[in-house]
Amino acid sequence: MAIMNPLIEIEDLSKLYQMGDETLKALDDVSLSVNKGDFVAIIGPSGSGKSTLMNMLGCLDVPSKGNYWLDGQKVNKMSDNQLAEIRNQKIGFIFQGFNLLPKLTAFENVELPLIYRKVPGKERKELALASLEKVGLADRVHHRPIELSGGQQQRVAVARALVGNPPILLADEPTGALDTKTGNEVLELMHHLNEQGHTIVLITHDLDIAKRAKRIIRIQDGKLFEDGGDFL
Amino acid sequence: MNITQGIKMAMSSILTNKLRAFLTMLGIIIGVSAVITLVSLGQGSTKQVTEQVQGLGSNLITVTITGRGSQTSLDYEDVMKLNEKSAIEAVAPVISQNVTVKHGNKNEDVSVEGTNAEYESVRDFHVQTGRFLLPIDVEYRQKVALIGTSTATDLFGLTDPVGQTVLINGNPFKIVGLLEEKGSSMGGSNDEKLLIPISTAERVFATKGVRNVYIQAKTPEEVDLAVSQLETELAKKFRGDEDSYRVFNQQDILESVESVTGIMTLMLSGIASISLLVGGIGIMNIMLVSVTERTREIGIRKAIGAKKRDILIQFLIESIVLSGIGGIFGIIVGIGGALLVGSITNIDVAFSLNVIWLAFGFSVIVGVFFGIFPANKAASLKPIEALRFE
Ligand SMILES: Nc1ncnc2c1ncn2[C@@H]1O[C@H](COP(=O)(O)OP(=O)(O)OP(=O)(O)O)[C@@H](O)[C@H]1O
Ligand SMILES: [Mg+2]
Repeated sequence: MAIMNPLIEIEDLSKLYQMGDETLKALDDVSLSVNKGDFVAIIGPSGSGKSTLMNMLGCLDVPSKGNYWLDGQKVNKMSDNQLAEIRNQKIGFIFQGFNLLPKLTAFENVELPLIYRKVPGKERKELALASLEKVGLADRVHHRPIELSGGQQQRVAVARALVGNPPILLADEPTGALDTKTGNEVLELMHHLNEQGHTIVLITHDLDIAKRAKRIIRIQDGKLFEDGGDFL
Repeated sequence: MNITQGIKMAMSSILTNKLRAFLTMLGIIIGVSAVITLVSLGQGSTKQVTEQVQGLGSNLITVTITGRGSQTSLDYEDVMKLNEKSAIEAVAPVISQNVTVKHGNKNEDVSVEGTNAEYESVRDFHVQTGRFLLPIDVEYRQKVALIGTSTATDLFGLTDPVGQTVLINGNPFKIVGLLEEKGSSMGGSNDEKLLIPISTAERVFATKGVRNVYIQAKTPEEVDLAVSQLETELAKKFRGDEDSYRVFNQQDILESVESVTGIMTLMLSGIASISLLVGGIGIMNIMLVSVTERTREIGIRKAIGAKKRDILIQFLIESIVLSGIGGIFGIIVGIGGALLVGSITNIDVAFSLNVIWLAFGFSVIVGVFFGIFPANKAASLKPIEALRFE
């Protein structure tokens, strides 16, 4: 393989859903590559296939057809266990609905990926605290999600995504459940992380948000278009 | 994910719903405590009975004459001839009657047994002070008596009974020995009695003939031989009427006690397995509910890298911790219950560490067995579907 490997490389990838007699193409032969250090926004209307794409990129779901290389590894033929490991090592998820575990404290939520990575307790603690500090929540370590504001919860989720230092952060409408101000704070945090070298793929249906990314990719009916930005 | 981490997770998840966890454990608690209570009481009373039987003396055979026609007893001399049989070590015939024994102004109703010197070895029953009956006492119809500890205290208080005189049916008897304390064995208390020479007893009670004989076999191996020698002899005496006498041997009694214990243990294991089964189904039920409730949690865990195995272990540990804690509570309740019932009913309680371990082990196994299915269900969830679950 070439020296300048793209971090993400998908090729003629499709995801089909069988709905009775009809086959729905949630992703229709899409190809995409994302380099290290990129900040890619994927924008499209509701039902266009954004989340489906995100699930493919995040190895939460397997494509019906096509190839996917992540950080040089071909992942579309991997077993469930291998995929779990890839998710653990290579990907940090930031979901619209935060997806924190409500019974655990901020700290415990953040250290969870490291537990599954079998990082020893002491190191885990240091990394989790450092990660929480990075998102500005050093003083909320022992709060449970319910005791935090929406913006703070999403920052905990960012800390959890960051803690294992994965090459890619995937965010599916990370500001969708937040008001404009807190949404902006979270976005600023993500830009800041990008400046520090994290590769980010961000899904949104908000053009203003998309415009602040380095690259904008439009998705419509399961197809991808990349045309520079001012296409709407 | 390691085991400590898993146990921590399980504990915190159990603690968030204490009432539910407790109700889930209840089946196991009841099962385990029932087993421990019943087994402890059962083994305690078996031990009690066994000790009582053994308290009768070693290699003991008892002959009871019920009689045939006019012949309802054996002559003392005939009985003593049994001693000549090869397997028989000693023979102690007994004539007994309940009489009122007087000393000063005190009266006590006790069993007075007329016997001979061999009673000491046959029944393994000795004096603590004074002397036992001697052959010469029997020969000369001496009016001497040995006294049991309870009767001694009742009649003489703290005074040494040896050397004192009591009245039996109006006849003065000199007490020559204080019997050792033996507690009760089959056939009543050993400490509330008087022993007198058998020849004297025949006089005082105005009876002739022996209806109860204690016989000691030479060795445990020779008990069966002694029994058959006795039966041959008795059959001769009663002209083959086997209903006129009964020959018991201590071994038979012990064996029947053991077989009763065996049946009881079997029944208890049955009860135990049924209640543990019911408890296990309860655990499985709650674990399945828990898996459904926590589908989203499972999705999140898988999204951030939990493998199938991690989720499986997490839920399995949870069900094992549930059933294990249930087992521990069950042991505590069971021990408490046994002590309580034991003290109320005056039954001895014998705790067996084996049974306690077994009960605990079984409850853990129940947790594994009934946790596997729900845990596997959780582990097999597809991350994407679990995450979408509301
Ligand atoms: N599990 C599924 N079974 C059947 N169809 C599905 C499934 N998941 C998604 N789809 C369909 O695939 C298409 C793309 O869905 P997707 O969730 O990717 O849209 P989206 O762009 O994320 O929309 P939104 O902005 O509303 O989140 C939709 O038409 C949807 O109905
Ligand atoms: Mg979506």
